[in-house]
Amino acid sequence: MSNENTFSRRGFFMKMGILFNGLVATALAVPIVRFILSSVTRGRANAYLSWVPLGPVSKFPEGETRLATFRNPYVMPTDGKTVDTACWVRRVEGDQFQIFAINCAHLGCPVRWFPQSGLFMCPCHGGAYYRDGSRASGPPERGLFEYPYKVQNGLITIEAGELPTPGAPTAALVGRKPPCAA
Amino acid sequence: MRRLITQVGEWFDRRLQLAAPIREVSEHPVPRNTASWWYVFGSAALVVFLLQLVTGILLAMIYVPSASEAWSSLQALNHDVTLGWFIRALHGWGSNFMVAIVLIHMVQVFLFGAYKFPRELTWIVGVFLLLMTLGMAFSGQVLRFDQDAYWGLGIGASIASRVPIVGPVIVKLMLGGPIIAGATLSRFFTLHVFVIPGMLIGFVGLHLLMVLKLGINEWPMPGRLVKKATYATEYHELTKKDGAPFVPYAVWKDLFFAAFILLAVAACALYFGPFGPTGRPDPTIIQTAPKPDYFFLWLYALLSLLPPSMETPALLIGPVVAIMALLLLPFLSGEGEKSWRRRPIAVLTVLLIAVTLGTFTHLAGFTPWSPHMNAWSGDPVPQKFLHGTTALERQGALVFQVKQCRNCHSLGDAGGQRGPALDSVAVRLTQGQLIRQVIQGGGNMPAYGKNLSPAETTALVAFLQTLHPAGQAPARDASRAVAFEGSGENSSAVRPSSRP
Repeated sequence: MSNENTFSRRGFFMKMGILFNGLVATALAVPIVRFILSSVTRGRANAYLSWVPLGPVSKFPEGETRLATFRNPYVMPTDGKTVDTACWVRRVEGDQFQIFAINCAHLGCPVRWFPQSGLFMCPCHGGAYYRDGSRASGPPERGLFEYPYKVQNGLITIEAGELPTPGAPTAALVGRKPPCAA
Repeated sequence: MRRLITQVGEWFDRRLQLAAPIREVSEHPVPRNTASWWYVFGSAALVVFLLQLVTGILLAMIYVPSASEAWSSLQALNHDVTLGWFIRALHGWGSNFMVAIVLIHMVQVFLFGAYKFPRELTWIVGVFLLLMTLGMAFSGQVLRFDQDAYWGLGIGASIASRVPIVGPVIVKLMLGGPIIAGATLSRFFTLHVFVIPGMLIGFVGLHLLMVLKLGINEWPMPGRLVKKATYATEYHELTKKDGAPFVPYAVWKDLFFAAFILLAVAACALYFGPFGPTGRPDPTIIQTAPKPDYFFLWLYALLSLLPPSMETPALLIGPVVAIMALLLLPFLSGEGEKSWRRRPIAVLTVLLIAVTLGTFTHLAGFTPWSPHMNAWSGDPVPQKFLHGTTALERQGALVFQVKQCRNCHSLGDAGGQRGPALDSVAVRLTQGQLIRQVIQGGGNMPAYGKNLSPAETTALVAFLQTLHPAGQAPARDASRAVAFEGSGENSSAVRPSSRP
C-alpha cells in the first residue's frame, strides 16, 4: 500500500515536471516565433516602404525611357550592392511619368528596354511589354509593376522598398494605376 | 605489436561494447543475388553525401555568408587559397553527382518493387531524402552568390508569392526582409549548412536503420508475389537457404563503386573546374540572362512553355500532387508483383518521366523561347535576300533589321527562335495577312502598329513578300481577284496577286 503511494507521488512529480517544462517551452516559444516572423511583421506595418529620390526631372528626356538606379530605403549592414536597385523611367511628357520595376511580372528577371522596337523584353522566359508597360506577349499575366511617383521642385521621388512579385499585395499597390490595356 | 593493438582494442570494447553489434550487422545474411551491381547506388549516395560534408566544412572555413563579401570570398577560394578551386569544384560536382545518384537509386528501388511491404516507411523516408537533396542543391546555388543566384532568388520569390493568401508572408520569410539582400543569403546559409544537413543526417540514419532491420530487398522474381501475411517468413527462409554474409560477400561491389564515383567526381572537378561564380550580384547590372543549375533546367523550360493561365495552378498544385503520389505509392501498391518484367506501367511511367525531363532539360540548353537580345545588331540580313530587290524592298529590309524583328525571328538561320523563321513567310501569308500581323500582332507576337509608320509598314511588308523559295509562288488572296472582277474595278489593283 505504502509502495503504491510512493509510486503515485513520483508519478505526480513527473507529470508536474513535464507540465513545468511545457510552460517554460511555451513562454520561450513566444520570442522565438516573433523573431522568426520579424521580417513579416515589420512588412505588415508598411515599415519597408518610403519615398526615395531618383534624380532631377531634367535627367529624363521627354518621350524616352531611361534606366535609373536608387538605393533601397531599408538597409542592413551586410547588404553590399544588393540594395542598389534599377528601374525604368519613362517620361511621357512634362511631369507625367511611368516608373517601371526592373522585375518582369512573370518571375522577376530583369527586363531590358529596346527603343528601336519600342518593347521591354525579358531574357528568361521570353516576356515582352509595350512602351507603356502593358503586356505584349509571352508568359506574363499582367503588365510591368509601376512605382507610385511624385515630382516636386524638379525632383522625382518614388515610393519603393519591396521586391515586386506577382502575388504580393505590394505588387497590387505599385500596380494601382494600371497601364492602359493594349 | 599485434598483441598491443588487440589489447588496446579490447580496452576500448570493454567500455564501448560495440564490437559484437558491429560484427552482427556487417555479417548479417543477405539474399545471395542481391550482391549485384544494381544494389550499389544507395551506398554510393551515402559516400557522396560524406564527401559533401567534408568539402562543405572545408569551404566554410573561407566562405563568408554576407551579401557584400560572399562573391569576393568565392573569388579568393578560386584564385588565392591553395587548391580552393579544387575543393569548390569537388563540392559543386559532388552536388550534381549526388542528385543524379539519388535519382538513379530511386528508379532502381521503384523498378525492383523495393518500396512494397514491409519497406513502405523506408521509401517514404527516401522521398524526404530526395526533397532534402534538391533543397541542398537549390540553397547551394544561392550560396554561390552571383547574378544567377540573385535572380534565381527573385524567381523563387515570384513563385512563392503566387500561393493564395499566405504568398506575401512566405516571400518575406524566404527573403528575410523586403528585398533580396544580406538577410536572404544568411538564411539560405543557415538552411544549407545547419538545418537541412542536420535533418539529412537524421533521416539517412533512419533510412539505414530500416534497411538493416528489414533486410535488403531480395532480387525480384517474376511471379513471386508479395503478401503481407507470408512475406516475413519467406524472406527469412530465403536468407537462410540462399543467403550470404553482407561482409565480404556483397560489400566489395559497394566499395568498388563508391571509389569509382569518388574518382569520377574528382576527375570532373579536375577537368571542368568549379562552377562560377558568374557576375557580381549587383542588381543594377541588368545585362544578364540568369539560368538555374543543371537539375532545375527542366523547370526553367516548363515555366517558359506553360500557357500563362495554367502556370500558377501548375506551379502550386503540381509539386503537391507529385509528392503525394510518391508518398502514397507504397500504400497504393504495397503488395503483389515486384519484378519490373511484369510491371509494364511502372516501366512506362519511368520512361515517360525521363523523356519529359530530358526533353525539357535539352530545350533549356538553347532556350528557343527567349528573344536573342542582340540578334538585330549582330547579324545583318544575308545578301541573298537582297539580290534583285527594289528600293522599297531594301528599305523594308532595313526596317526589318532596325526594328529588331530578328530578336525573335530567324532569317537565313540567324536570329531568335521565339517566332517562326521567316525564310519563306511569303508562301504562308498574303500581303493583307502580313500587314495585319505586323500591325496587330497576335499569336504571341506583339503589335507593332504604334511603333511603325505607315511608310515603314509598307516597306517592311514589301520586303517580307520577297521571302519565298525561288520556284514557289507567294501566297495570294484568291477571293480578291474575283471580287475586283465582279465589281468591274481597275485590274491594276490586282497586281500583287496576279504575279505567277
